[in-house]
Amino acid sequence: MTQALDEIKIGGLGSSRKRVEDNRFIRGRGNYVDDIVLPGMLHMEILRSPLAHARIRSIDTSKAWEIPGVRLVLTGEMMATRNLAWMPTLSYDTQAVLATDKVRFQGQEVACVVADDPYIAKDACEAIVVDYEPLPVIVNPTQAMAEGAPLIRDDKENQHDNVVFDWQVGDKDATDRAFEQADLVSKLDLHYPRSHPSPIECCGSIADFNRATQKLTVYMTTQAPHIIRAAVALVAELPEHMIRIVSPDLGGGFGNKVPVYPGYVMSILASILTERPVKWIEDKTGNLISTGFGRDIYLHGELALRRDGKILGVRMHTTSDHGAFFSDAQPSKFKIGLMHSAFSCYDVPAAHLTARGTYTNKAPGGVAYRCSFRVTEAMFFQERMMQAAANDLGMDQAEFRRRNFVRDDDFPHRTPFGFLTDSGQYGKCLDVGLAAIGYADFLKQKEEATKHGRLLGIGISTMTEPLGAGNSREYDILGIKMFDSAELRVHMTGKAILRTGAKTQGQGHETTWAQIVAHELGIPAEDVTVEEGDTDTAPFGMGTYASRSTPVAGAAVAMVARKVRAKARKLAAHLLEVSEEDIEWELGRFYVRSSPDRGVTIQECAMAAYSNMPDGMEPGLENVAYYDPPNLTWPFGCYIATVEVDPQTGVWDVLNVVAVDDCGVRINPMIVEGQIMGGLTEAYAMASMQFITFDTQGNCIGSNYMDYLLPTAWETPGYELHEVVTPSPHHPIGAKGVGECATVGGPAAFVNAVMDAIKDTGVRNIDMPLLPDRVYEALTQRHDVSGAPPVRTDD
Amino acid sequence: MSSLFEEIREPVAGDVPVRRVSITVNGVRRTADVEPRLLLAHLLRQGLGLTGTHTGCDTSNCGACTVLFDGKAIKSCTMLAVQADGHEVTTVEGLAGPSELHPIQEGFKDEHGLQCGFCTPGMMLAAKALLDENPNPTEDEVRWALSGNLCRCTGYQNIVKSVLWAAKKLQSQSAS
Ligand code: FES
Ligand code: FES
Repeated sequence: MTQALDEIKIGGLGSSRKRVEDNRFIRGRGNYVDDIVLPGMLHMEILRSPLAHARIRSIDTSKAWEIPGVRLVLTGEMMATRNLAWMPTLSYDTQAVLATDKVRFQGQEVACVVADDPYIAKDACEAIVVDYEPLPVIVNPTQAMAEGAPLIRDDKENQHDNVVFDWQVGDKDATDRAFEQADLVSKLDLHYPRSHPSPIECCGSIADFNRATQKLTVYMTTQAPHIIRAAVALVAELPEHMIRIVSPDLGGGFGNKVPVYPGYVMSILASILTERPVKWIEDKTGNLISTGFGRDIYLHGELALRRDGKILGVRMHTTSDHGAFFSDAQPSKFKIGLMHSAFSCYDVPAAHLTARGTYTNKAPGGVAYRCSFRVTEAMFFQERMMQAAANDLGMDQAEFRRRNFVRDDDFPHRTPFGFLTDSGQYGKCLDVGLAAIGYADFLKQKEEATKHGRLLGIGISTMTEPLGAGNSREYDILGIKMFDSAELRVHMTGKAILRTGAKTQGQGHETTWAQIVAHELGIPAEDVTVEEGDTDTAPFGMGTYASRSTPVAGAAVAMVARKVRAKARKLAAHLLEVSEEDIEWELGRFYVRSSPDRGVTIQECAMAAYSNMPDGMEPGLENVAYYDPPNLTWPFGCYIATVEVDPQTGVWDVLNVVAVDDCGVRINPMIVEGQIMGGLTEAYAMASMQFITFDTQGNCIGSNYMDYLLPTAWETPGYELHEVVTPSPHHPIGAKGVGECATVGGPAAFVNAVMDAIKDTGVRNIDMPLLPDRVYEALTQRHDVSGAPPVRTDD
Repeated sequence: MSSLFEEIREPVAGDVPVRRVSITVNGVRRTADVEPRLLLAHLLRQGLGLTGTHTGCDTSNCGACTVLFDGKAIKSCTMLAVQADGHEVTTVEGLAGPSELHPIQEGFKDEHGLQCGFCTPGMMLAAKALLDENPNPTEDEVRWALSGNLCRCTGYQNIVKSVLWAAKKLQSQSAS
């Protein structure tokens, strides 16, 4: 008779276990970086450039030094004496820490002040006098490539224009042939506007250099503490074992907290110089105008189509705007990230992508804003092109997609650009979504509404995307391979502590990792403590971004638990006095195959590991696992939105949103759904209101929450969620990444819905965000509406 | 020693004007000498060590710094500490009773109304101000009442559910 534990009861896989971390957050007892106070701590503020492009003639800091309580003023010149004026970026470029020669974007760091309190430091920043000589400003790739354009990166040898890279992938000849055979070519030009991940908590750090021990401890807002440790070791030339990076509770990240920012470096140097802890807490404007943005890329896309709706080939040309320094935070060898994951869910015989990157006078630091790098843009472009093509063919947009989906029995499938997808039930997901939204009914309703001058629209977006970098063959950061790790120590009484190289920032790792241990070992989740973020205690890992925690670190958790179980099996054999081969496992217990009533629990094995191990066996019950995934995971998402556009004003309201996500096996359904709803909201934000743009002078429009609009509870629509489960064939528990899916796939659903509503105008595109005035312009002037900067006066 | 190190000066005692304020925080009267320009949020966080009140934007937009001021939800990044002199302030640390959580706190945990937790204290206090006034709000009323508080993680749907959960519990408590 089985005595296996009930997995849901012990908080195992599939349990919507309430979150452990909430216990401190709901009491206001989180420990975010700004909550940490160290004895003798000083405060740092940064002076930023008001101009987007200017030569620095001089910086006079004398007045700042005179302010009582000021301890240190740093400029680029001083940083240069320590070889710290510039630092390497994650994309093999260089970036100024403090400007020496020129400022290259508005908000660039020019000087910093360290003082007894942040108010004094701010006062002192205002007392610094910088003499600038303004230079012509570039705010988009067209200007960057224009004849006679000013050279932004005159600091670099061999850089004679504003091109960062030219890159291509795919098969040009095969694609050309496909286009020759096409009955119809559908073309579309799009801009995915610059945006900002904008976690509510900004970036910050407390650097604490102890001269006596020579140890540098940095508490900081980072999604990847071990990468930072490696970077600090390289940049500051400190020994790695003397660096401890602690990432405490993070108030959201969404990719913003992956890069190394000048503020971190300055606070470290300031602590070394003052021998006191130095705290730097960025304000919102600093965060929005200087730290890692997302997107800002243009597409010219073409689809070669057969009359019956079959896609024969895809051509994409992207032009990306990287700002003043190429500091994209992405781990792939591909210059434009995973842009070529576009069209992975469709069976497309030939594809070719060309990509050009440009420098502009805008903030650097392209990050994977709630996405795997450039996947959001790839899927948006894909799904906008799909809708335009369906319209060009005069075909139903759902049917057009279905006709081109990779079929369930066609896996593994080589995508047109060379990825290998491994699993999915695309057609089923679409069917679930269409049924949930009431597709046929809505089409009737829409037709009826048209007769009364009302504009209803429905938008579909379906996509599979690559989540969970590595494998280590193709993905690395500064040469460090993209694996991840977990370390599990089971105590004598069968309670345990688990540490991983990931870093939660709202995803709930403290809750879900324990669930994987519960699933593998039968130790109740509540008996497992999870710790992350301290490089002195956690095993080396690559951090949390790009929805990689569950695919990689989560897999490592399962693998380490299996290693521990293998040892526990030996202990069980010893306790039961049988050989290991005669032992069976059921959740929480080993038993003798021939006599199932004779068994020992995992807790009894744990006790034996410390008190009664067999002769010659190493005591203790713990292990560590490093996991290098064989492939990415390929979740699928189907997002459908219905909208009504007001023809008088261009204002559009969301009627319904349905999301069908297939992210494989769900560890904690409650948390998965929470992530999907958060992702959908960012998708809605992108489609409706959220963007950062610039005027002709390079002034950032979107430097605070009055200009950079995040939707509130009032605007945000409600969501209806559905699931389909196709387990990942290679992940140890069949899970796939999910955190970003809705952000990646969602925007096109909203935009397609609005475009569908105004289809009769003949307008092919309005660039995001679909502000009412842009929609109104399309409705009344019947032309496409571009959103490229410089800002339009009516935006 | 580097040349930079030698540029660091010794502290110079400054004559900063201060004013004495006396504020009842979470039921306890606290007195402090503060600079007139000190923000209430900073007094709570740094002066009193009540770090549950967060600052996300310092422009009155995000609501992470929301506290109750004489029972009304206000943004403490937009009020000077001296303006709070003689008033009552409730922060997240004052929400729970000595042994048990406030139903709003329970609701946020039960309905998964938080992810990173950064907006949560402010959200819960905005919710409390609502429920104190309107014990039985509709979903739309909750959404409107929370529209001064930004959350980047949850998409709000579960926050709304959390508040409605708390409303129900509070009502059943007052009925019994
Ligand atoms: S910190 Fe007060 S509203 Fe954002
Ligand atoms: S839970 Fe992260 S901002 Fe609301």
